[in-house]
Amino acid sequence: MKNEKIKFRDRVKDISAGLGDSLKESSLWGSIFRPGSPFRKGYSDSPRNRSYVVMNNVLYHLHPVKVKRHAVRLSYTLCLGGLSFFTFIVLTITGIWLMFYFRPTEMAYVDIQSLQTSIAFGSLVRNMHRWAAHIMVIVVFLHMSRVFYHGAYKAPREFNWVIGVILLLLTLLLSFTGYLLPWDQLAIWAVTVGGNMASYTPVIGAQVKFALFAGLEATEATLLRFYVLHVLFLPFIIVIFMAIHFWRVRKDGGISGPL
Amino acid sequence: MVDIPEHLLIKTAEARAKALGISVEQALAEMKGEAEPTTISKEPEVIDVKPIEVKEAPAPAAAVKADIPAEVDFAPETRVTQRLLTVVKAKPIQKPTSEPVDKVNTWPHLMLPEFISLMAMTAFLIFISAILQAPLLEEANPNITPNPAKAPWYFLGLQELLSYWDPQIAGVMIPLIIGVAAFMAIPYIDRNKDNKPSKRKYAIMLWTFFLAGAGTLSLIGILFRGPGWNWTYPWIDGVWFDDLLDWVHFE
Ligand code: HEM
Repeated sequence: MKNEKIKFRDRVKDISAGLGDSLKESSLWGSIFRPGSPFRKGYSDSPRNRSYVVMNNVLYHLHPVKVKRHAVRLSYTLCLGGLSFFTFIVLTITGIWLMFYFRPTEMAYVDIQSLQTSIAFGSLVRNMHRWAAHIMVIVVFLHMSRVFYHGAYKAPREFNWVIGVILLLLTLLLSFTGYLLPWDQLAIWAVTVGGNMASYTPVIGAQVKFALFAGLEATEATLLRFYVLHVLFLPFIIVIFMAIHFWRVRKDGGISGPL
Repeated sequence: MVDIPEHLLIKTAEARAKALGISVEQALAEMKGEAEPTTISKEPEVIDVKPIEVKEAPAPAAAVKADIPAEVDFAPETRVTQRLLTVVKAKPIQKPTSEPVDKVNTWPHLMLPEFISLMAMTAFLIFISAILQAPLLEEANPNITPNPAKAPWYFLGLQELLSYWDPQIAGVMIPLIIGVAAFMAIPYIDRNKDNKPSKRKYAIMLWTFFLAGAGTLSLIGILFRGPGWNWTYPWIDGVWFDDLLDWVHFE
């Protein structure tokens, strides 16, 4: 009995391995995975193939083929820049999902309520979006501190630090505009506090607040304005600046250091 | 010795065969040292030999001069004076000037740690999202002002700082803009080229002060400020911090 079971398992293994092989041999498979991909048939671990893995993939080739040995030690970057980027990706995915259920109108509050109570995974995704937003602010700030402590802003990386400060501001603005969207007492008053600060701008304070709020105080017009900024304008801008940021990291000769 | 590629050998043999009027095979055999070298009969090989003799047994300069006929032409047009000695492998024309750096392949040495930290982050995020409920208070009502009205947590340090002066007089935006500009200017102010921590104690100290200050102000704003922005003790009066509503209202 025991023997038969083992035999059966082996056969299943054989069949699935055979299926995998013929799938990998198909021209469809070969057309999807470019040469050097570990998913291709006959991939072997060689320096040449290791280079191809990075070079022949549009996403991976954000990376150079080789990096300085010290730069891959987790203790150098703590992966903080990468995690800032990754939390942004998570926020984009969960954010698009939330957009299916959210109207930036007088229905906003009701939509969030029903998201939490009657939509599958609504509560989880809303929580993920909110906590990821807080985490992103923290991680970006930690990344900035890591860069400072390593003196990684020194020549030739001065301007990438400036771009970084812009990224930090954009991150804060994204978080701040999102804060208003649930349209509860927390949202509207936190944003009112922020708006009042803006109104203390000398000379043009009232105008600044008016432009920000689309009126004299936080109303539905403000909600729509913040919504468009939050889901379209600011993500668009931050992606452009991230692209420049990553490009500069490579053009400036990769990661700084070693210390 | 570098191995001479076959096609070069044959090319040279052909040229030699043409010049000496012998067959290509013969020329090839000669070049490989398998046959006696052919010489051109009409020109005796006086000239080739003599300088070699001189090299082997260096005689006084005067003697050498006397041995060589005055009007000897070392490379008469009729003679074959070239032959393939060796093939020099191509070398880069430019010399690399930068120091070689110790590098490793991005795959797998960088991408695996990245992938792992990405997975860890996702797991952590899903975990806290499952146990921590994001706050949702009553619907927005412009007529009911909560007391205190707090900004999002990352602005609370700023809100605390700004509560120390009259915004009408000291302003808010001007200090903020100057602050942001100062941050952007850091690389242009710090002209110290060193990145060794021991060589930039001053810079590290400044940033640590900044972190400590910002952290303290934020904590005060988050935990120690109650109605009317008055000082409260979290363990006596409670906490006014709705970002973590579920966890703050533990009573
Ligand atoms: C949305 C925010 C940001 C993202 C996604 C991001 C991403 C990255 C990534 C992936 C790297 C590669 C090295 C590493 O992981 O540390 C990097 C490096 C760098 N970042 Fe950022 N960053 C952000 C914000 C900032 C901020 C706020 C600053 C500073 C004000 C900054 C300054 C720099 C500098 C100077 C480098 C080069 C570091 C080195 O060569 O060691 N970045 N960034």
